[in-house]
Amino acid sequence: MISDKYEKKIEAADLLPKTKDQLRTFLDGKDITDAQFKEILDRVIKEYLSTRIEACEAVGVIAAQSIGEPGTQMTMRTFHYAGVAEINVTLGLPRLIEIMDARKEPSTPTMTVYLEPEYGVDRDRAREVSWQIEAAPLHEFGDITTDMENMQVVVHLNSKVCEKRKISPAEIMDVAPKKIRDRRHYRDFEHDIDEAKATLIFTPKDRESYQNLFQLAEHVRNVIVQGIDDILRVVVRKETGEYILYTEGSNLKDVFDVAGVDVTRTRTNNISEIAQVLGIEAARNAIIHEAQSTLNEQGILVDVRHIMLVADMMCMEGEVKQIGRHGIAGEKESVLSRAAFEVTVNHLLDAAVANETDELSGVTENVIVGQPIQLGTGDVKLVAVKQLDN
Amino acid sequence: MSTKLNVLSHVMVPDHQLMSEEEVSALLSRYHITTEQLPKIYHDDPAVKVIDAKVDDVIRIIRKSHTAGRAEAYRLVIRRPKK
Repeated sequence: MISDKYEKKIEAADLLPKTKDQLRTFLDGKDITDAQFKEILDRVIKEYLSTRIEACEAVGVIAAQSIGEPGTQMTMRTFHYAGVAEINVTLGLPRLIEIMDARKEPSTPTMTVYLEPEYGVDRDRAREVSWQIEAAPLHEFGDITTDMENMQVVVHLNSKVCEKRKISPAEIMDVAPKKIRDRRHYRDFEHDIDEAKATLIFTPKDRESYQNLFQLAEHVRNVIVQGIDDILRVVVRKETGEYILYTEGSNLKDVFDVAGVDVTRTRTNNISEIAQVLGIEAARNAIIHEAQSTLNEQGILVDVRHIMLVADMMCMEGEVKQIGRHGIAGEKESVLSRAAFEVTVNHLLDAAVANETDELSGVTENVIVGQPIQLGTGDVKLVAVKQLDN
Repeated sequence: MSTKLNVLSHVMVPDHQLMSEEEVSALLSRYHITTEQLPKIYHDDPAVKVIDAKVDDVIRIIRKSHTAGRAEAYRLVIRRPKK
């Protein structure tokens, strides 16, 4: 242990918590004199201060360069398969663009569902949870025949499959007609339930044409009776000693409601969904995580601070804003700065109509009009105090 | 929403704390700013609802930082603008 007087000095020093911890681990068990300790602490502080960004530094430009340059090295189009299970995920440049554009829905939404300990250790129990999540159409639960003579669609449920999937035939027979009406918006039919035989009979309202019958049969075959509609596929994999579910499709809110799902770790790659369900701070974390893992996956190492800055800017206003003319760049105060970015004429015209003024406080505006910019030494104002001579 | 979900317990959500008036004025005078200059958070944000903060409150967010280990951030609660 480090003695109390040193501990107090470390705690009082103007250092980051992480640096303090590193210093503590370094000093732990070492026999040092007071003079040595002072020397070490002074040098650590000096080193820390030299790594800090200086006031008036253009951090945004540096971040843009630091992410943009390695971005040119990325593969244009890559598809990645999560192991043998073949879950397709967009990666590389398209994914990075997707994150920065703050799309409402990523092109390949996917979730990583962690399970509660009692479910996570056992493959069969993990499979049980996956059935509650994976969307299963009715035709997987039994035989569906189109009876053309009597103009009806007959569903004969297979009790073995139902038992294996932990859902009762009665539940399926109750859910299926409702779902066809509510989810698939097809209402021109009537249905009969035969509990004893586990049979469900659908008849179209208009029995004149076979087209209606076939249309109905199509709806009956594909109606989702178990699982969450948005989640097309679930793959169970064992990683670091526990079973994890990977999904194709994403619905954070509904997955959180499934029994056995660990609600503290389960995540999705859909950032706007995270912002909605978990809040803006979680979205900020998700942007950092997604952007960094996309870059790292391609072997590109970008300092987190640049990504953190981008994520901070995107999440400043309480919702996720894209980087571009519909987001951060489009909401700048200055007319000239906005006009310099994209769609110049529109911005100038709108500004003229609205009688806008430009305060000339930013960088771009001042470059345009040829004044010193407010960055670095340009941002420092000198104030002279006049000496009174009496 | 389900009863078992407390958004603050999720690993991606940092700790949100409601700040008292004294703390807010100390913060503002320390950085020489007004509350309007703070980053914002909407009043219907899931994390704001959990700690029951109202519009014009300031929230302290304790993040696990990649660089500093632990970092504090502040957000002002505002009403979500109507679209």
